Amino acid sequence: MTTLPDIWSYLSEEPLLWLTATLVAYVIGDAAFRASHGNPLVNPVLVAMVILAGILWTTSTPYQTYFEGAQFVHFLLGPATVALAGPLYSNLHHVRRALVPMLGALVVGSVTAIASALWIAQALGVEGAELASLAPKSTTAPVAIGISEQLGGLPTLTAALVILTGILGAVIVTPLMNALRIRDWRARGFAVGVSAHGIGTARAFQVNETAGAFAGIGMGLNALLTALIAPYVLSLFL
Amino acid sequence: MVLNFALLLAFQLVGEVASRALSLPVPGPVIGMALLLAGFMSLPKLAKRMLDTTKDLLAHLSLLFVPAGVGVISHVEALGQSGAAMMAALVLSTALALAAGALTFVGLARLTGSRKDRT
Repeated sequence: MTTLPDIWSYLSEEPLLWLTATLVAYVIGDAAFRASHGNPLVNPVLVAMVILAGILWTTSTPYQTYFEGAQFVHFLLGPATVALAGPLYSNLHHVRRALVPMLGALVVGSVTAIASALWIAQALGVEGAELASLAPKSTTAPVAIGISEQLGGLPTLTAALVILTGILGAVIVTPLMNALRIRDWRARGFAVGVSAHGIGTARAFQVNETAGAFAGIGMGLNALLTALIAPYVLSLFL
Repeated sequence: MVLNFALLLAFQLVGEVASRALSLPVPGPVIGMALLLAGFMSLPKLAKRMLDTTKDLLAHLSLLFVPAGVGVISHVEALGQSGAAMMAALVLSTALALAAGALTFVGLARLTGSRKDRT
C-alpha cells in the first residue's frame, strides 16, 4: 500500500492538484459572490486568492510549484484578451456614438491614475525605483512590466501593484459610481477598464455586458497611452 | 468550438509576432484583439460563428487572474518597506482615476449629445 506521504509527494509534483485547487477555489469564490447577492467586497478573485495562499502557506508549497499547475489557467489570459473583440463588436453601435467621451475619459483617467499615485506615494516618502515601479500600475500586467523595466522600476513589484490595483478597482467601482450617481454603463465600464485593467474589466462583465465591452476598450487604449505618457509623467516627479 | 479556439490563438500569435517584430508598446493579445475586431467588421460571418465562444471565455474572465493573484499574496514582502505608503497611493489614486474618468465620460457625452442607449 502506498503511504500518505508518498501520495502527497506525487500530487505535489504534478500539475493536476494545483490546477484542480485553482478551479475549486474560484468556484467557492464565485458561490460566495452569488450568496452575497453580488456584494463587490466578496470579489471571487480575492476570495480564491486568499484560500489558495492559505493552502500554500499551510502546506509550505512554493509558489513555483503551485504555478506549474495554475499556468494552464494563467495561459488563457491571452486568448481571453483576444476574445474581447466579441463584446466590442456587439457593442460597436454604442462605441461609434461615444468616441469623444471615450477619448476624453481615457486621457483624464490615465493621467490621473499615474500622476495621483506618484504624487501621493512621493508625499509619503516613496522614491527611486519603487516610485518608478508604481507609475504604470493601472495598465495591463505585460505592458506595465515592460514600462517599469524601461523606467528603472522593479518588475516583480510592478506585477504586485498591478494586481492589487485591479482588485481595488473591482471592489470600489460599484459603490463609488453609485455615490457619484453615475448610471451610464458606458462611463462606469470605460473608467474601470482604464483604471483597473483586466480585473476591473472582469468585474464590469459580472455587472453588465455593455459596461464590460467599454471596460475592454478602456483597458486596451490605456495600455497604449500609459506606454506613451508614463515616462513623461514620471520625469515630473524625479 | 475547436476551430474557434484555434482562431483565437492564431490571432494572439499574429499579435505577439507583430508586437515583437515592430517593437510596439502594446502587448500581443491586445493587437490580436484589434485584428480580430477588424476581422469581425469585414466578415460578419466570422463574428456570427465566434461570438458565442468569446462570450463563454469571457464569462469567467475573473478566474484567469487567480494564479497571478496568488503570487501577489505569497509575495507581499515584494511591496518592500514602503508597503503602507504604496497601499495608500493605490487606493486613493484608483478611486480618483475611476471618478475622474467616469465624470469626464458623462460630461463629454452630455456635451456631444451622445445619449446612452436604453435598450
